[in-house]
Amino acid sequence: MVEFWTNYGWPTALIVAHSVALIVVLLIVVAFVLYADRKVWAAVQMRRGPNVVGPFGLWQSFADLLKFVFKEVIIPAGSNKGLFLMAPIITAGLAISAWAVMPVDKGWAVADINVGVLYIFAISSLQVYGVIIAGWASNSKYAFLAALRSAAQMVSYEVSLGFVIITALLVAGSLNLTDIVMAQDRGWGLLGWYWLPLFPMFVIFFISMLAETNRPPFDLLEAESELVAGFMVEYSSTPYMLFMLGEYVAIILLCGLGTVLFLGGWLPPFPVAPFTWIPGVLWFVLKVGFLFFLVSMVKAMVPRYRYDQLMRLGWKVFLPLSLAAVVVVAAVLRLWQYGI
Amino acid sequence: MLSALFFYLFATMCVGAGVMVIAAKNPVHAVLYLIFAFFNAAGLFVLLGAEFIAMILVVVYVGAVMVLFLFVVMMLDVNFAELRAGFLKYLPVGAIVGILLLVELVFVVGAWLTAPDLIRDAPTPPASEMSNTQALGELLYTRYVYLFEAAGLILLVAMIGAIVLTLHHKRDVRRQSVAAQVGRTRETAIEVVQVETGKGLK
Repeated sequence: MVEFWTNYGWPTALIVAHSVALIVVLLIVVAFVLYADRKVWAAVQMRRGPNVVGPFGLWQSFADLLKFVFKEVIIPAGSNKGLFLMAPIITAGLAISAWAVMPVDKGWAVADINVGVLYIFAISSLQVYGVIIAGWASNSKYAFLAALRSAAQMVSYEVSLGFVIITALLVAGSLNLTDIVMAQDRGWGLLGWYWLPLFPMFVIFFISMLAETNRPPFDLLEAESELVAGFMVEYSSTPYMLFMLGEYVAIILLCGLGTVLFLGGWLPPFPVAPFTWIPGVLWFVLKVGFLFFLVSMVKAMVPRYRYDQLMRLGWKVFLPLSLAAVVVVAAVLRLWQYGI
Repeated sequence: MLSALFFYLFATMCVGAGVMVIAAKNPVHAVLYLIFAFFNAAGLFVLLGAEFIAMILVVVYVGAVMVLFLFVVMMLDVNFAELRAGFLKYLPVGAIVGILLLVELVFVVGAWLTAPDLIRDAPTPPASEMSNTQALGELLYTRYVYLFEAAGLILLVAMIGAIVLTLHHKRDVRRQSVAAQVGRTRETAIEVVQVETGKGLK
């Protein structure tokens, strides 16, 4: 019995405890990230934003959660019921499961696997299924066309996102997220992080990230003001909330990936005393928050792209640029042994 | 021992999903079962310690190939009942292909069991020395570099072929020229005209 506990029970319990802690923290963070997003948006437009529920409207997201949960789930007649309800679960579940490999501090990852970057890339390439299945299962032509449109968008930007990630991997020489962060610790503080040598890639990463997660100005997936809600037209109450949740978790996931690849993960910006006292997880959160602030500002300031312009940017600008960058970075590394 | 448990879980799911691919009434469901089967296959690869191949399987097959597959199946109105009509006619052909595959598998596994030296001579270094991503890279870019490049070229040719087949360049369509738009200046874009009352613009 003791053997059983040490062999099976304890490792399983540990993994479960890690995962549950991560998910709970993640969901609470998402609630406030949503609130922050709305507040930033409101501030840019000189509105107040949510300010009624709780102090400064801090509990707004929880009020929204209650509202969604208590609404009636409407399943359209003729829809494929099983898949219709599965799609939002897939979206939210995938987005959360990708966080398993994210190192928020040294050794603070639920699973510190060797192919962490590939795992995140794989999971984010699966996000498209939530969209397609939702569009198809709704049995509505509007939802279906929107799903096709969105899937094309997500697949397009994944390509350049992949190449950008490859450039960072080349410099770090590892697929392990922890190793990538450690490779950026070169004693120069924030000057040693990859955003500086790979600055153009960082810009492409940021923009592709917006498109991949369907944030404005690339939110043709949803486009609530002109295309109602794209593939989510038929969704209401909790399933709809799961889509929203998945979307925001995916956004902060890619912010986290950007932090790990380009902003030195949990490393302090200046490797001197007062900064090194602060725990790494706080730096990680601050950096993710900074990236999310940029994402949120883009939403407030940039008008929506037209669909053909979006495709042009992805295939004709970012793809050749990032492909060329892979070759250039590899050549530079070979010639000057930079970073190895 | 936990891995044995997961092996049976993944293997059962994989076979079950495989059966459902051909048994499902709805073609979209069949494709989704196929995706599920791929997932479990990836899980099996992870259990083998081949995590790179597992992730690539998910990225390439599930993330890209199956998306296109799903697109096509969703848009075509495939009637599975009609497709099943000739089931008995095609059964012998399918059975022969299946038996051939089975024989090949038996050979491979048999060789593995009877001559384990072959495995030991395999050119990859042991897993304890380097991660399998590194080991694969070392092999692909040194020993098998020409084959690897040839595979890449074949894919490139296929891609160009697909583009050539589908590209219809219409001449009478106004296209956006970004350079022309960005290159506009105040001088080329605006003209200030003093219009006299009652005359109007010419």
